[in-house]
Amino acid sequence: MKAIITVVGKDKVGIIAAVSAELAGCGVNILDISQTIMQDNFTMMMSVDLSGSSVSLKELKARLNGIGERMGLVINMYNEELFNSMHRV
Amino acid sequence: MNEREVIETLKMIQEEKLDIRTITMGISLRDCADESAKKSCGRIRDKIRRVAGRLAAVGDEIEESYGVPIINRRIAVTPISLVAESSRTDDYLPFALALEDAARDADVNFIGGFSALVHKGMTGGDRKLIDSIPRALAGTDRVCASVNVATTRAGINMDAVSLMGKTIREIAEATKDRGSVGCARLVVFANAPEDNPFMAGAFHGVGEAEAVINVGISGPGVIKSALEKIRGSDLETVAETIKRTSFKITRVGQLVAREAARRLGVPFGIVDVSLAPTPAVGDSVAFILEEMGLESCGAPGSTAALMLLNDAVKKGGLMASSFVGGLSGAFIPVSEDLGMIEAASRGSLSIEKLEAMTAVCSVGLDMIAIPGDTTADTIAAIIADEAAIGVANNKTTAVRVIPVVGRKAGDVVEFGGLLGRAPVIPVSRFASSDFIGRGGRIPAPLQSYRN
Repeated sequence: MKAIITVVGKDKVGIIAAVSAELAGCGVNILDISQTIMQDNFTMMMSVDLSGSSVSLKELKARLNGIGERMGLVINMYNEELFNSMHRV
Repeated sequence: MNEREVIETLKMIQEEKLDIRTITMGISLRDCADESAKKSCGRIRDKIRRVAGRLAAVGDEIEESYGVPIINRRIAVTPISLVAESSRTDDYLPFALALEDAARDADVNFIGGFSALVHKGMTGGDRKLIDSIPRALAGTDRVCASVNVATTRAGINMDAVSLMGKTIREIAEATKDRGSVGCARLVVFANAPEDNPFMAGAFHGVGEAEAVINVGISGPGVIKSALEKIRGSDLETVAETIKRTSFKITRVGQLVAREAARRLGVPFGIVDVSLAPTPAVGDSVAFILEEMGLESCGAPGSTAALMLLNDAVKKGGLMASSFVGGLSGAFIPVSEDLGMIEAASRGSLSIEKLEAMTAVCSVGLDMIAIPGDTTADTIAAIIADEAAIGVANNKTTAVRVIPVVGRKAGDVVEFGGLLGRAPVIPVSRFASSDFIGRGGRIPAPLQSYRN
C-alpha cells in the first residue's frame, strides 16, 4: 500500500530527519518528497511505500503522531488510493 | 498528486465532516421460513450471525486503512412479513426479538426489515406484521420497521394508510415514557427502494442477491464550505460547484463500498449518494439552503433551492459510482438537522412547506414531532398526501412523524444521539376523518399527459 504523509508546523531544525529516520526504522520506503515554507509554516508532503513496513499501519500512525507531538507538528498519513479516487477520473 | 488536492481532501475529512454514513449489509432471510416460529427465529439469528459476523470489524479495518470515518454499520433483511408468513403464529414479536439479538451480536446499532409491502393489498402475514409493529418497536432498541403503502404502478392502498395512522398512534402510546421515540423507527413509504442503506427504512428487497453491501455517503458540511467560497456567484455556478463536490464525495463512497464488499466476500450493491445531516454543527442541509441566500430554511425559494441541490448532488454522484441506488438525494429530517431545528423553532419551517419540499428531494416528511393529540386519521391523511406526491411524481416519499404523547406545538422533545431533538410542529386542526374512513384504493395515476 502507498500512502501520502503530510507534515505541517513551525519550521525548525531536524523535521525531515526525524520523520525520515522513523520511516527508515520501520522499513518504509520514501518515493517522493515535496517541501515548502508557506507563511512561516513548514509544509511537507511525502509519498511512501508501506509494503516493506515492519509495523502495522496503526503503529506507524502512532509513531508519527509521537514525533508530531514532540516537535509541535501536525502529521497525517492517508492511503494514496483515497486521493487518487477523489481527484482522478 | 499535487498539494492543493491533498490539502482539499484532508480538509474535507478533518474539518468539514466528510464521512461514510453507513455500510449496510443486506441479507436475504427467505431461506429462514418455517412452520414453527421458534425454529424460524433460530434460523434468522444463525444466518445473520454467520453472514454479518465480520461486518463491524471490517468497518473498523477500512476506517483505519483509509482514514475516513465510517459512522454506522447496519443490517437490512428481507421484509419479515414474507419470512414469518409460513409460521403458524399470530404474534410476530419473537421475530423482532430475534432481529434485536442478531443485531446486538453483530454489533450494529440498527437492523431494518421488520417490514411489509402492501401497496396493492394485504396478506394475512402482512396484517399480522403491522399489528405487531407497536409491540416490536416498544420491546426493542435496534429494530426498524417500514411499510410500503403505495407505488406509482399500483396507486395508494388507503386501507393500509388508515391502518398506519392507527399504528403510529399505538407506537407513540407504547413508548410515551421515552418521548414516543418508537415512532422514529417506523417509515411509511410510497415507492420504497429495495436497496436503501439508510435507516429506518432499509430492507433487503426480493430482487436482491443472498447478501449485498450498500454504502450511504454523506457530507452536507463539505458542500456548504464549497459554497462559502463562491458567495454571490450565480446559481449556475452554485449547481456546478455542488456537482463537482458531490462527485468527489461519492468517489470516496465507491472506494469504501468496493473495499468492504471485497473484504467481506459479498457482492457490491450500490452507493447511495445522499446528503444525510446529523445534529452536529456543520452537518446540516438547511445551512446549505441558507448559504444559497435564504434568510431561514423554509422561506419562499426553499423548494427551488432544494431542487437545485438535490439534482446537482445526483448528477455529480452518478458519474462517480458505477452503481447508484437507494434514496440518493438530500434528506430533510427535521430533528436530525441543526438548521432545520432552528428554522422550525423560529417558525420559518411549517409542515406544509416541508411537504412541498419533499416533492423535489429525497424521502419525505422525516423525523417531525407533531402534537400528541393528533388523531390517527389526521396522521393517515398526512401519509396519504405524502404518498400522493411520490406516486404522482414517480419518486420515493416517506413519512416518519412522531406524535409526542403529552406534548403540544412549541414544546421541544429530546430524542438523543443521532435522532436529535425536535420542536413540536403544529398540524392542521381541520379533520380528514370522513376521507380516510372511506378506505379502498386510489388508482395509479396516468403516466402521460403530464401537466
